[in-house]
Amino acid sequence: MSAATQAKLWYAQRISAMVLALCVVVHIVTILYAVRGGLTGAEILGRTRGNFTFAAFYALFVLSAAIHAPIGLARIAEEWLQWRGRSLNVLLSLFAAALVFAGLSAVWGLYGG
Amino acid sequence: MLNTETLKVSIWRGQADGQFVSYDVPRLDSQTVLDVVTYVQRTIDPGLSYRFSCRVGMCGSCAMTVNGVARWTCRTHVSKVAVNGALELAPLSNLPVVKDLATDMSTFFDKWAGAKGQFRGERTRHQNFANVSPSSPARKAADAGIECIGCAVCYASCDTVTWRPDYLGPAALNRAWTLVNDERDVAGRERLQAVAGDAGCHACHTHTSCSERCPKGIAPTLGISGLKRITARAAIRGELD
Repeated sequence: MSAATQAKLWYAQRISAMVLALCVVVHIVTILYAVRGGLTGAEILGRTRGNFTFAAFYALFVLSAAIHAPIGLARIAEEWLQWRGRSLNVLLSLFAAALVFAGLSAVWGLYGG
Repeated sequence: MLNTETLKVSIWRGQADGQFVSYDVPRLDSQTVLDVVTYVQRTIDPGLSYRFSCRVGMCGSCAMTVNGVARWTCRTHVSKVAVNGALELAPLSNLPVVKDLATDMSTFFDKWAGAKGQFRGERTRHQNFANVSPSSPARKAADAGIECIGCAVCYASCDTVTWRPDYLGPAALNRAWTLVNDERDVAGRERLQAVAGDAGCHACHTHTSCSERCPKGIAPTLGISGLKRITARAAIRGELD
């Protein structure tokens, strides 16, 4: 992997960290607000089903996490396990895809399911 | 002044597979750690190897690990670092040991070259001097890092160097940062290519041990952050390919 690509990945992780920081705050504030009336599955679905804003917000949350986490795991693998190269990149790409699939499935479950 | 106090000094002897050997050294007023090592070498064991030169904090030769912390020993007073009248002296971390307290610093300086740490100008001696405003932000940024003496205290203190031996390290990156901010230098793009990526500035985890321990009060972390920003933006613009 070229130094330019590595620099771009670092940038992607930094930008996704900024998005995640915002998303976590909004998520926690929403939970605190929601809990006031009791936290039931029906109530949550009542709020999120068909709500495009919620769906878009959590889709952004999922995509940011899917960008951020694999790049961080690559650092840990390189520094602690001395594992780098193609095998690691393939595995982490699959991990990123799994995060996107699982996350967007959950978002769809809240929005459309 | 007659002083009967004794300092218990434990000094690393041998190479990587050596051991600590204890010595009793008379405690003196205003005694530096380098004074202690010199006393041992001159009066107890002439076979002790260590490195020093100027003794006044200019040359960067005498750095060692003192009670677990990398320090310049010529400017470190025993009174500030001794714990219960004892000192433990070891060679710097993250560098191969040649013998006793002397390390092989080749890799450390090779990385300066790897980070394109040489100034490259375009003016000749026949041209006039460049007029550089001392108050310009770029010159101020360069000045903040320019007093590095190459002692490798930052390098020995850096966890990232320990984890990734190919990482350029704080001193080389600090040097690159001073040159990136030197408006007379013309090797900018080449240097950004050299310092970008996982073995360069982007490996830094901002632990700030380098800035904490630099005896000259330089903050390499700050320069590395600057390099991260400009190299990442240059990569996005396709200037590093």
